Amino acid sequence: MTAPAAVDIRDLRVRFGETTAVDEVDLEVGAGEVFGLLGPNGAGKTTTIRVLTTLLPATEGSARVFGVDVARHPMDVRRLLGFVPQQLSADAALTGRENVALFARLFDVPRRSRPAVVAEMLETMGLGDSADRLVSTYSGGMIRRLELAQALVNRPRLLVLDEPTIGLDPIARSSVWERIGKLREETGMTVLLTTHYMDEADALCDRIALMHRARLRALGTPDGLKADLGPDATLEDVFRHHTGDTLEAGGDMRHVRQTRRTATRLG
Amino acid sequence: MASTAIRHPAAWRRSGSRVLALCLVELQKLRHDRKELYTRAIQPALWLLIFGETFSRLHAIPTSVPYLDYLAPGILAQSVLFISIFYGIQIIWERDAGVLAKLMATPTPRFALVAGKAFAAGVRALLQGVVVLVLAAVLGVALTDNPLRLLAVAAVVILSAAFFSTLSIVLAGIVLSRERLMGIGQAITMPLFFASNALYPIALMPAWVRALSRVNPLSYEVDALRGLLLDRPAAVGTDLGVLVLAAGIGITVAASLLPRLTR
Repeated sequence: MTAPAAVDIRDLRVRFGETTAVDEVDLEVGAGEVFGLLGPNGAGKTTTIRVLTTLLPATEGSARVFGVDVARHPMDVRRLLGFVPQQLSADAALTGRENVALFARLFDVPRRSRPAVVAEMLETMGLGDSADRLVSTYSGGMIRRLELAQALVNRPRLLVLDEPTIGLDPIARSSVWERIGKLREETGMTVLLTTHYMDEADALCDRIALMHRARLRALGTPDGLKADLGPDATLEDVFRHHTGDTLEAGGDMRHVRQTRRTATRLG
Repeated sequence: MASTAIRHPAAWRRSGSRVLALCLVELQKLRHDRKELYTRAIQPALWLLIFGETFSRLHAIPTSVPYLDYLAPGILAQSVLFISIFYGIQIIWERDAGVLAKLMATPTPRFALVAGKAFAAGVRALLQGVVVLVLAAVLGVALTDNPLRLLAVAAVVILSAAFFSTLSIVLAGIVLSRERLMGIGQAITMPLFFASNALYPIALMPAWVRALSRVNPLSYEVDALRGLLLDRPAAVGTDLGVLVLAAGIGITVAASLLPRLTR
Protein backbone atom coordinates (compact mmCIF):
# COMPACT_ATOMS: atom_id res chain seq x y z
CA MET A 1 0.00 0.00 0.00
CA THR A 2 1.34 3.44 -0.89
CA ALA A 3 1.19 6.32 1.56
CA PRO A 4 -1.96 8.40 1.21
CA ALA A 5 -1.74 11.73 -0.60
CA ALA A 6 -1.62 14.87 1.56
CA VAL A 7 -4.77 16.09 -0.11
CA ASP A 8 -7.17 13.94 -2.07
CA ILE A 9 -10.24 15.73 -3.40
CA ARG A 10 -12.63 13.71 -5.51
CA ASP A 11 -15.47 15.07 -7.60
CA LEU A 12 -16.05 17.93 -5.19
CA ARG A 13 -19.07 20.13 -5.64
CA VAL A 14 -20.26 22.93 -3.35
CA ARG A 15 -23.48 24.77 -3.94
CA PHE A 16 -24.86 27.83 -2.16
CA GLY A 17 -28.51 27.89 -3.17
CA GLU A 18 -28.49 28.51 -6.93
CA THR A 19 -24.77 29.26 -7.18
CA THR A 20 -22.24 26.51 -7.68
CA ALA A 21 -19.01 27.70 -6.06
CA VAL A 22 -17.00 24.54 -6.72
CA ASP A 23 -17.87 22.16 -9.53
CA GLU A 24 -16.44 18.69 -10.26
CA VAL A 25 -13.04 19.41 -8.76
CA ASP A 26 -10.54 16.54 -8.58
CA LEU A 27 -7.24 17.33 -6.95
CA GLU A 28 -4.36 15.37 -5.50
CA VAL A 29 -1.46 16.95 -3.63
CA GLY A 30 1.47 14.70 -2.82
CA ALA A 31 3.13 14.66 0.58
CA GLY A 32 5.89 17.27 0.75
CA GLU A 33 4.65 19.30 -2.21
CA VAL A 34 4.13 23.05 -2.23
CA PHE A 35 0.96 23.32 -4.22
CA GLY A 36 -0.66 26.51 -5.48
CA LEU A 37 -4.33 26.94 -6.19
CA LEU A 38 -4.58 29.89 -8.55
CA GLY A 39 -7.41 31.95 -9.84
CA PRO A 40 -9.18 35.29 -9.65
CA ASN A 41 -11.40 36.31 -6.74
CA GLY A 42 -14.56 34.25 -6.72
CA ALA A 43 -13.03 31.32 -8.62
CA GLY A 44 -13.79 28.86 -5.83
CA LYS A 45 -10.33 28.66 -4.24
CA THR A 46 -11.40 29.75 -0.79
CA THR A 47 -14.48 27.52 -0.87
CA THR A 48 -12.27 24.53 -1.70
CA ILE A 49 -9.99 25.47 1.21
CA ARG A 50 -12.98 25.75 3.53
CA VAL A 51 -14.10 22.23 2.71
CA LEU A 52 -10.58 20.96 3.29
CA THR A 53 -10.30 22.75 6.65
CA THR A 54 -13.64 21.22 7.80
CA LEU A 55 -15.37 24.60 7.89
CA LEU A 56 -17.85 23.85 5.14
CA PRO A 57 -19.60 20.60 4.21
CA ALA A 58 -19.29 19.46 0.61
CA THR A 59 -22.53 19.26 -1.34
CA GLU A 60 -21.15 16.27 -3.26
CA GLY A 61 -17.87 14.42 -3.48
CA SER A 62 -15.21 13.86 -0.87
CA ALA A 63 -12.02 15.35 0.52
CA ARG A 64 -9.31 13.56 2.44
CA VAL A 65 -6.24 14.83 4.25
CA PHE A 66 -3.55 12.14 4.55
CA GLY A 67 -6.28 9.59 4.02
CA VAL A 68 -8.61 10.99 6.70
CA ASP A 69 -12.06 11.99 5.47
CA VAL A 70 -12.88 15.62 6.38
CA ALA A 71 -16.61 15.00 6.70
CA ARG A 72 -16.35 11.86 8.81
CA HIS A 73 -13.40 12.70 11.08
CA PRO A 74 -13.19 16.50 11.21
CA MET A 75 -11.43 16.54 14.61
CA ASP A 76 -8.69 14.23 13.36
CA VAL A 77 -8.24 16.27 10.20
CA ARG A 78 -7.91 19.48 12.23
CA ARG A 79 -4.99 17.99 14.13
CA LEU A 80 -3.15 17.47 10.85
CA LEU A 81 -3.72 21.04 9.69
CA GLY A 82 -2.26 24.47 10.18
CA PHE A 83 -4.50 27.11 8.68
CA VAL A 84 -3.94 30.78 7.93
CA PRO A 85 -7.07 32.48 6.60
CA GLN A 86 -7.07 35.31 4.09
CA GLN A 87 -7.72 38.10 6.59
CA LEU A 88 -5.19 39.19 9.17
CA SER A 89 -6.65 37.13 11.95
CA ALA A 90 -4.31 37.54 14.92
CA ASP A 91 -5.89 39.14 17.97
CA ALA A 92 -4.64 42.72 18.19
CA ALA A 93 -5.64 43.02 21.86
CA LEU A 94 -3.15 40.31 22.87
CA THR A 95 0.63 40.06 22.62
CA GLY A 96 2.27 37.91 19.97
CA ARG A 97 3.20 35.32 22.58
CA GLU A 98 -0.35 35.16 23.96
CA ASN A 99 -1.70 34.66 20.43
CA VAL A 100 0.58 31.68 19.82
CA ALA A 101 0.05 30.29 23.34
CA LEU A 102 -3.73 30.25 22.77
CA PHE A 103 -3.29 28.03 19.73
CA ALA A 104 -0.82 25.84 21.60
CA ARG A 105 -3.59 25.26 24.17
CA LEU A 106 -6.25 24.68 21.52
CA PHE A 107 -4.01 22.03 19.94
CA ASP A 108 -3.25 20.29 23.26
CA VAL A 109 0.48 21.02 23.24
CA PRO A 110 1.45 19.58 26.67
CA ARG A 111 1.74 22.19 29.39
CA ARG A 112 5.37 21.41 30.21
CA SER A 113 6.68 21.91 26.70
CA ARG A 114 4.27 24.74 25.82
CA PRO A 115 6.41 27.79 26.70
CA ALA A 116 9.39 26.36 24.82
CA VAL A 117 7.32 25.44 21.74
CA VAL A 118 5.67 28.88 21.68
CA ALA A 119 9.03 30.66 22.01
CA GLU A 120 10.55 28.49 19.30
CA MET A 121 7.74 29.25 16.83
CA LEU A 122 8.01 32.98 17.49
CA GLU A 123 11.78 32.79 17.05
CA THR A 124 11.47 30.82 13.80
CA MET A 125 9.18 33.52 12.41
CA GLY A 126 11.57 36.29 13.42
CA LEU A 127 9.31 37.63 16.16
CA GLY A 128 11.45 36.77 19.19
CA ASP A 129 12.11 40.39 20.07
CA SER A 130 8.54 41.60 19.62
CA ALA A 131 6.81 38.59 21.21
CA ASP A 132 5.64 40.50 24.28
CA ARG A 133 4.35 43.54 22.45
CA LEU A 134 0.66 43.96 21.68
CA VAL A 135 -0.16 42.83 18.14
CA SER A 136 -1.86 46.21 17.56
CA THR A 137 1.70 47.60 17.26
CA TYR A 138 2.75 45.01 14.62
CA SER A 139 3.11 45.69 10.91
CA GLY A 140 1.12 43.67 8.37
CA GLY A 141 4.08 41.46 7.53
CA MET A 142 4.71 40.78 11.21
CA ILE A 143 1.06 39.82 11.75
CA ARG A 144 1.32 37.37 8.83
CA ARG A 145 4.42 35.80 10.32
CA LEU A 146 2.68 35.62 13.69
CA GLU A 147 -0.19 33.78 12.05
CA LEU A 148 2.28 31.33 10.56
CA ALA A 149 3.67 30.80 14.07
CA GLN A 150 0.12 30.14 15.32
CA ALA A 151 -0.55 27.69 12.50
CA LEU A 152 2.72 25.81 13.04
CA VAL A 153 2.47 25.35 16.79
CA ASN A 154 0.95 21.86 16.49
CA ARG A 155 3.57 20.86 13.89
CA PRO A 156 0.97 20.24 11.19
CA ARG A 157 1.59 17.88 8.31
CA LEU A 158 -0.39 20.12 5.96
CA LEU A 159 -0.14 23.90 6.06
CA VAL A 160 -3.07 25.65 4.36
CA LEU A 161 -2.54 29.29 3.44
CA ASP A 162 -5.35 31.31 1.91
CA GLU A 163 -3.84 34.28 0.05
CA PRO A 164 -0.83 34.48 2.38
CA THR A 165 0.56 37.74 0.98
CA ILE A 166 -2.59 39.64 0.02
CA GLY A 167 -2.28 43.34 0.81
CA LEU A 168 1.35 43.05 1.93
CA ASP A 169 4.04 45.39 0.61
CA PRO A 170 6.77 43.81 -1.57
CA ILE A 171 9.30 43.55 1.26
CA ALA A 172 6.83 41.90 3.62
CA ARG A 173 5.76 39.58 0.81
CA SER A 174 9.25 38.37 0.10
CA SER A 175 9.88 37.86 3.80
CA VAL A 176 6.77 35.66 4.04
CA TRP A 177 7.89 33.72 0.96
CA GLU A 178 11.31 33.23 2.47
CA ARG A 179 9.83 31.79 5.68
CA ILE A 180 7.56 29.43 3.77
CA GLY A 181 10.51 28.28 1.66
CA LYS A 182 12.67 27.69 4.71
CA LEU A 183 9.93 25.79 6.50
CA ARG A 184 9.42 23.31 3.71
CA GLU A 185 13.18 22.86 3.45
CA GLU A 186 13.51 22.12 7.15
CA THR A 187 10.35 20.13 7.83
CA GLY A 188 9.27 18.70 4.48
CA MET A 189 5.79 19.81 5.35
CA THR A 190 3.13 19.88 2.65
CA VAL A 191 1.90 23.38 1.80
CA LEU A 192 -1.31 24.21 -0.01
CA LEU A 193 -1.71 27.88 -0.79
CA THR A 194 -4.12 29.95 -2.80
CA THR A 195 -3.04 33.11 -4.54
CA HIS A 196 -3.87 35.33 -7.42
CA TYR A 197 -0.31 36.57 -7.70
CA MET A 198 1.26 34.67 -10.59
CA ASP A 199 4.81 35.61 -9.63
CA GLU A 200 4.19 34.15 -6.17
CA ALA A 201 3.02 30.85 -7.61
CA ASP A 202 5.96 30.78 -9.99
CA ALA A 203 8.49 31.35 -7.21
CA LEU A 204 7.02 29.10 -4.52
CA CYS A 205 5.07 26.22 -5.97
CA ASP A 206 6.13 22.80 -7.22
CA ARG A 207 2.81 22.40 -8.97
CA ILE A 208 -0.16 24.65 -9.57
CA ALA A 209 -3.79 24.27 -10.48
CA LEU A 210 -5.69 27.02 -12.25
CA MET A 211 -9.21 27.52 -11.06
CA HIS A 212 -11.80 29.62 -12.81
CA ARG A 213 -15.55 29.88 -12.39
CA ALA A 214 -15.75 26.96 -9.94
CA ARG A 215 -13.75 24.52 -12.09
CA LEU A 216 -10.14 23.38 -12.46
CA ARG A 217 -8.87 24.50 -15.84
CA ALA A 218 -5.23 23.42 -15.82
CA LEU A 219 -2.81 21.48 -13.67
CA GLY A 220 0.95 21.09 -13.79
CA THR A 221 4.33 22.50 -12.85
CA PRO A 222 4.76 26.23 -13.50
CA ASP A 223 7.47 25.49 -16.08
CA GLY A 224 5.46 22.75 -17.71
CA LEU A 225 2.39 24.92 -18.08
CA LYS A 226 4.44 27.74 -19.52
CA ALA A 227 6.33 25.47 -21.93
CA ASP A 228 3.06 24.07 -23.25
CA LEU A 229 2.19 27.55 -24.46
CA GLY A 230 5.46 28.76 -25.95
CA PRO A 231 9.06 29.62 -25.17
CA ASP A 232 8.43 33.07 -23.68
CA ALA A 233 5.07 32.46 -22.07
CA THR A 234 4.45 33.73 -18.53
CA LEU A 235 2.03 32.23 -16.05
CA GLU A 236 -0.31 35.09 -16.79
CA ASP A 237 -0.34 34.06 -20.43
CA VAL A 238 -1.12 30.52 -19.30
CA PHE A 239 -3.95 31.82 -17.21
CA ARG A 240 -5.38 33.89 -20.04
CA HIS A 241 -5.08 30.96 -22.39
CA HIS A 242 -7.04 28.63 -20.13
CA THR A 243 -9.72 31.03 -19.02
CA GLY A 244 -10.01 33.49 -21.89
CA ASP A 245 -10.09 36.06 -19.18
CA THR A 246 -7.81 38.45 -17.38
CA LEU A 247 -6.90 38.13 -13.77
CA GLU A 248 -8.62 41.31 -12.79
CA ALA A 249 -12.05 40.06 -13.83
CA GLY A 250 -14.37 38.47 -11.34
CA GLY A 251 -14.70 38.95 -7.60
CA ASP A 252 -17.86 40.25 -6.08
CA MET A 253 -18.42 43.18 -3.77
CA ARG A 254 -17.77 41.13 -0.66
CA HIS A 255 -14.37 39.95 -1.85
CA VAL A 256 -13.28 43.40 -2.88
CA ARG A 257 -14.46 44.81 0.41
CA GLN A 258 -12.65 42.13 2.37
CA THR A 259 -9.42 42.70 0.48
CA ARG A 260 -9.71 46.44 1.00
CA ARG A 261 -10.34 45.91 4.69
CA THR A 262 -7.23 43.77 4.99
CA ALA A 263 -5.26 46.40 3.08
CA THR A 264 -6.64 49.17 5.30
CA ARG A 265 -5.68 47.30 8.44
CA LEU A 266 -2.20 47.01 7.08
CA GLY A 267 -2.04 50.77 6.67
CA MET B 1 -8.06 4.25 7.71
CA ALA B 2 -5.25 5.63 9.87
CA SER B 3 -7.55 8.07 11.60
CA THR B 4 -7.78 6.13 14.83
CA ALA B 5 -4.00 6.16 15.24
CA ILE B 6 -4.09 9.81 16.33
CA ARG B 7 -4.07 10.08 20.11
CA HIS B 8 -5.70 12.96 21.91
CA PRO B 9 -7.32 13.76 25.27
CA ALA B 10 -10.82 12.60 26.15
CA ALA B 11 -13.61 14.82 24.83
CA TRP B 12 -14.71 16.19 28.18
CA ARG B 13 -11.16 17.04 29.27
CA ARG B 14 -10.49 18.66 25.96
CA SER B 15 -13.66 20.76 26.23
CA GLY B 16 -12.75 21.86 29.73
CA SER B 17 -9.26 22.91 28.70
CA ARG B 18 -10.68 24.86 25.71
CA VAL B 19 -13.09 26.78 27.94
CA LEU B 20 -10.25 27.64 30.32
CA ALA B 21 -8.00 28.72 27.44
CA LEU B 22 -10.64 31.11 26.11
CA CYS B 23 -11.33 32.53 29.59
CA LEU B 24 -7.60 33.08 30.08
CA VAL B 25 -7.49 35.08 26.84
CA GLU B 26 -10.26 37.32 28.20
CA LEU B 27 -8.27 37.93 31.38
CA GLN B 28 -5.17 38.75 29.35
CA LYS B 29 -7.14 41.26 27.29
CA LEU B 30 -8.50 42.90 30.41
CA ARG B 31 -5.01 43.11 31.84
CA HIS B 32 -3.80 44.93 28.73
CA ASP B 33 -6.72 47.34 28.72
CA ARG B 34 -8.13 48.12 32.17
CA LYS B 35 -9.66 51.39 31.01
CA GLU B 36 -12.68 49.57 29.68
CA LEU B 37 -13.55 48.27 33.15
CA TYR B 38 -13.58 51.81 34.52
CA THR B 39 -15.43 53.48 31.64
CA ARG B 40 -18.07 50.78 31.82
CA ALA B 41 -18.48 51.51 35.53
CA ILE B 42 -19.69 55.04 34.80
CA GLN B 43 -23.21 54.06 33.81
CA PRO B 44 -23.97 51.86 36.84
CA ALA B 45 -22.44 54.56 39.04
CA LEU B 46 -24.82 57.13 37.57
CA TRP B 47 -27.79 54.80 38.05
CA LEU B 48 -26.91 54.33 41.70
CA LEU B 49 -26.18 58.02 42.25
CA ILE B 50 -28.92 59.78 40.28
CA PHE B 51 -31.75 57.25 40.08
CA GLY B 52 -30.93 55.55 43.39
CA GLU B 53 -30.51 58.67 45.49
CA THR B 54 -33.60 60.33 43.99
CA PHE B 55 -35.88 57.37 44.48
CA SER B 56 -34.53 56.85 47.99
CA ARG B 57 -35.87 60.28 48.85
CA LEU B 58 -39.15 59.94 46.92
CA HIS B 59 -40.11 56.74 48.75
CA ALA B 60 -42.13 56.01 45.60
CA ILE B 61 -41.25 52.34 45.56
CA PRO B 62 -42.17 50.40 48.70
CA THR B 63 -39.33 48.03 49.58
CA SER B 64 -38.51 46.15 52.75
CA VAL B 65 -34.94 47.54 52.82
CA PRO B 66 -33.62 51.08 52.04
CA TYR B 67 -34.18 51.70 48.33
CA LEU B 68 -30.47 52.09 47.48
CA ASP B 69 -29.82 48.66 49.05
CA TYR B 70 -32.73 47.25 47.06
CA LEU B 71 -31.44 48.83 43.85
CA ALA B 72 -27.75 47.84 44.06
CA PRO B 73 -28.19 44.13 43.10
CA GLY B 74 -30.47 45.25 40.26
CA ILE B 75 -27.78 47.58 38.92
CA LEU B 76 -25.19 44.82 39.22
CA ALA B 77 -27.48 42.63 37.12
CA GLN B 78 -27.98 45.47 34.64
CA SER B 79 -24.24 45.87 34.28
CA VAL B 80 -23.86 42.13 33.59
CA LEU B 81 -26.68 42.37 31.03
CA PHE B 82 -25.12 45.33 29.18
CA ILE B 83 -21.72 43.65 28.94
CA SER B 84 -23.16 40.37 27.69
CA ILE B 85 -25.96 41.42 25.38
CA PHE B 86 -23.52 43.02 22.94
CA TYR B 87 -21.03 40.17 23.10
CA GLY B 88 -22.26 38.93 19.73
CA ILE B 89 -20.74 42.03 18.17
CA GLN B 90 -17.33 40.67 19.08
CA ILE B 91 -18.29 37.35 17.46
CA ILE B 92 -19.30 39.11 14.24
CA TRP B 93 -16.03 41.05 14.33
CA GLU B 94 -14.15 37.79 14.81
CA ARG B 95 -16.04 36.27 11.91
CA ASP B 96 -15.15 39.18 9.61
CA ALA B 97 -11.52 39.07 10.72
CA GLY B 98 -11.20 35.31 10.06
CA VAL B 99 -10.55 34.62 13.75
CA LEU B 100 -13.65 32.46 14.09
CA ALA B 101 -12.74 30.33 11.07
CA LYS B 102 -9.28 29.81 12.50
CA LEU B 103 -10.67 28.81 15.90
CA MET B 104 -13.12 26.41 14.28
CA ALA B 105 -10.30 24.78 12.33
CA THR B 106 -8.67 23.77 15.64
CA PRO B 107 -9.71 20.51 17.35
CA THR B 108 -12.23 22.38 19.49
CA PRO B 109 -15.82 21.11 19.63
CA ARG B 110 -18.28 23.86 18.69
CA PHE B 111 -20.01 23.48 22.02
CA ALA B 112 -16.72 24.09 23.85
CA LEU B 113 -15.93 27.08 21.66
CA VAL B 114 -19.26 28.73 22.49
CA ALA B 115 -19.02 27.76 26.16
CA GLY B 116 -15.54 29.28 26.21
CA LYS B 117 -16.87 32.53 24.76
CA ALA B 118 -19.82 32.49 27.18
CA PHE B 119 -17.67 32.00 30.27
CA ALA B 120 -15.17 34.55 28.96
CA ALA B 121 -18.07 37.01 29.02
CA GLY B 122 -18.65 35.74 32.56
CA VAL B 123 -15.06 36.55 33.53
CA ARG B 124 -15.44 40.08 32.17
CA ALA B 125 -18.80 40.54 33.89
CA LEU B 126 -17.36 39.29 37.17
CA LEU B 127 -14.55 41.85 37.19
CA GLN B 128 -17.03 44.53 36.18
CA GLY B 129 -19.31 43.36 38.99
CA VAL B 130 -16.54 43.84 41.55
CA VAL B 131 -16.24 47.48 40.48
CA VAL B 132 -20.02 47.98 40.79
CA LEU B 133 -20.14 46.35 44.23
CA VAL B 134 -17.26 48.49 45.50
CA LEU B 135 -19.17 51.56 44.28
CA ALA B 136 -22.32 50.37 46.05
CA ALA B 137 -20.40 49.75 49.27
CA VAL B 138 -18.91 53.24 49.06
CA LEU B 139 -22.44 54.65 48.73
CA GLY B 140 -23.34 52.91 51.97
CA VAL B 141 -25.16 49.80 50.77
CA ALA B 142 -24.93 47.13 53.48
CA LEU B 143 -23.50 44.19 51.52
CA THR B 144 -22.79 40.74 52.90
CA ASP B 145 -19.20 39.83 53.76
CA ASN B 146 -19.89 36.11 53.96
CA PRO B 147 -17.35 34.47 51.60
CA LEU B 148 -19.69 31.59 50.69
CA ARG B 149 -22.43 34.03 49.73
CA LEU B 150 -19.96 36.08 47.68
CA LEU B 151 -18.86 32.91 45.94
CA ALA B 152 -22.50 32.20 45.08
CA VAL B 153 -22.83 35.79 43.82
CA ALA B 154 -19.87 35.13 41.50
CA ALA B 155 -21.58 31.98 40.20
CA VAL B 156 -24.83 33.89 39.56
CA VAL B 157 -22.97 36.65 37.68
CA ILE B 158 -21.01 34.17 35.54
CA LEU B 159 -24.08 32.06 34.68
CA SER B 160 -26.12 35.14 33.82
CA ALA B 161 -23.37 36.55 31.61
CA ALA B 162 -23.10 33.15 29.94
CA PHE B 163 -26.82 33.16 29.17
CA PHE B 164 -27.07 36.74 27.89
CA SER B 165 -23.86 36.48 25.84
CA THR B 166 -25.07 33.30 24.14
CA LEU B 167 -28.42 35.01 23.51
CA SER B 168 -26.35 37.70 21.81
CA ILE B 169 -24.38 35.11 19.80
CA VAL B 170 -27.68 33.51 18.72
CA LEU B 171 -28.93 36.91 17.54
CA ALA B 172 -25.57 37.48 15.81
CA GLY B 173 -26.00 34.14 14.04
CA ILE B 174 -29.42 35.24 12.82
CA VAL B 175 -28.79 38.84 11.73
CA LEU B 176 -25.09 38.45 10.74
CA SER B 177 -24.35 42.18 10.92
CA ARG B 178 -23.01 44.42 13.65
CA GLU B 179 -25.40 47.27 12.93
CA ARG B 180 -28.52 45.12 13.10
CA LEU B 181 -27.26 43.39 16.23
CA MET B 182 -26.73 46.80 17.88
CA GLY B 183 -30.32 47.71 17.05
CA ILE B 184 -31.79 44.43 18.27
CA GLY B 185 -29.61 44.47 21.38
CA GLN B 186 -30.85 47.90 22.31
CA ALA B 187 -34.46 46.95 21.53
CA ILE B 188 -34.45 43.88 23.80
CA THR B 189 -32.40 45.39 26.61
CA MET B 190 -35.17 47.75 27.58
CA PRO B 191 -37.96 45.15 28.10
CA LEU B 192 -35.51 42.70 29.68
CA PHE B 193 -34.53 45.31 32.23
CA PHE B 194 -37.88 46.95 32.96
CA ALA B 195 -39.92 43.73 32.90
CA SER B 196 -37.81 42.42 35.76
CA ASN B 197 -37.47 43.02 39.48
CA ALA B 198 -34.27 45.06 39.02
CA LEU B 199 -35.85 48.43 39.88
CA TYR B 200 -39.09 47.52 41.66
CA PRO B 201 -40.83 44.48 43.17
CA ILE B 202 -42.71 42.24 40.78
CA ALA B 203 -45.84 42.63 42.94
CA LEU B 204 -46.18 46.26 41.78
CA MET B 205 -46.38 45.36 38.09
CA PRO B 206 -49.53 45.00 35.99
CA ALA B 207 -50.42 41.33 35.51
CA TRP B 208 -49.09 41.00 31.96
CA VAL B 209 -45.71 42.53 32.81
CA ARG B 210 -45.58 40.26 35.85
CA ALA B 211 -46.05 37.31 33.50
CA LEU B 212 -43.17 38.58 31.34
CA SER B 213 -40.89 38.98 34.32
CA ARG B 214 -41.60 35.35 35.34
CA VAL B 215 -40.03 34.09 32.11
CA ASN B 216 -37.25 36.68 32.20
CA PRO B 217 -33.98 35.12 33.41
CA LEU B 218 -32.89 38.56 34.61
CA SER B 219 -35.54 38.40 37.36
CA TYR B 220 -34.06 35.16 38.68
CA GLU B 221 -30.59 36.68 38.54
CA VAL B 222 -31.71 39.76 40.49
CA ASP B 223 -33.63 37.67 43.03
CA ALA B 224 -30.56 35.56 43.73
CA LEU B 225 -28.21 38.56 43.89
CA ARG B 226 -30.54 40.44 46.22
CA GLY B 227 -31.01 37.47 48.50
CA LEU B 228 -27.29 36.71 48.66
CA LEU B 229 -25.90 40.24 48.85
CA LEU B 230 -28.45 41.69 51.30
CA ASP B 231 -28.94 38.50 53.28
CA ARG B 232 -32.68 38.50 52.52
CA PRO B 233 -35.00 35.57 51.89
CA ALA B 234 -34.86 34.48 48.25
CA ALA B 235 -35.36 31.32 46.23
CA VAL B 236 -31.63 31.07 45.49
CA GLY B 237 -31.80 27.36 44.66
CA THR B 238 -34.56 27.84 42.08
CA ASP B 239 -32.81 30.94 40.71
CA LEU B 240 -29.55 29.06 40.20
CA GLY B 241 -31.44 26.17 38.61
CA VAL B 242 -33.13 28.52 36.13
CA LEU B 243 -29.82 30.23 35.29
CA VAL B 244 -27.98 26.93 34.75
CA LEU B 245 -30.78 25.76 32.47
CA ALA B 246 -30.88 29.08 30.58
CA ALA B 247 -27.09 29.12 30.08
CA GLY B 248 -27.18 25.48 28.93
CA ILE B 249 -29.90 26.18 26.38
CA GLY B 250 -28.13 29.35 25.25
CA ILE B 251 -24.83 27.55 24.66
CA THR B 252 -26.52 24.68 22.82
CA VAL B 253 -28.51 26.91 20.47
CA ALA B 254 -25.57 29.25 19.84
CA ALA B 255 -23.29 26.27 19.07
CA SER B 256 -25.78 25.02 16.49
CA LEU B 257 -25.76 28.45 14.81
CA LEU B 258 -21.96 28.75 14.74
CA PRO B 259 -21.46 27.14 11.31
CA ARG B 260 -23.88 29.71 9.89
CA LEU B 261 -21.52 32.42 11.12
CA THR B 262 -18.50 30.95 9.34
CA ARG B 263 -20.28 30.17 6.09
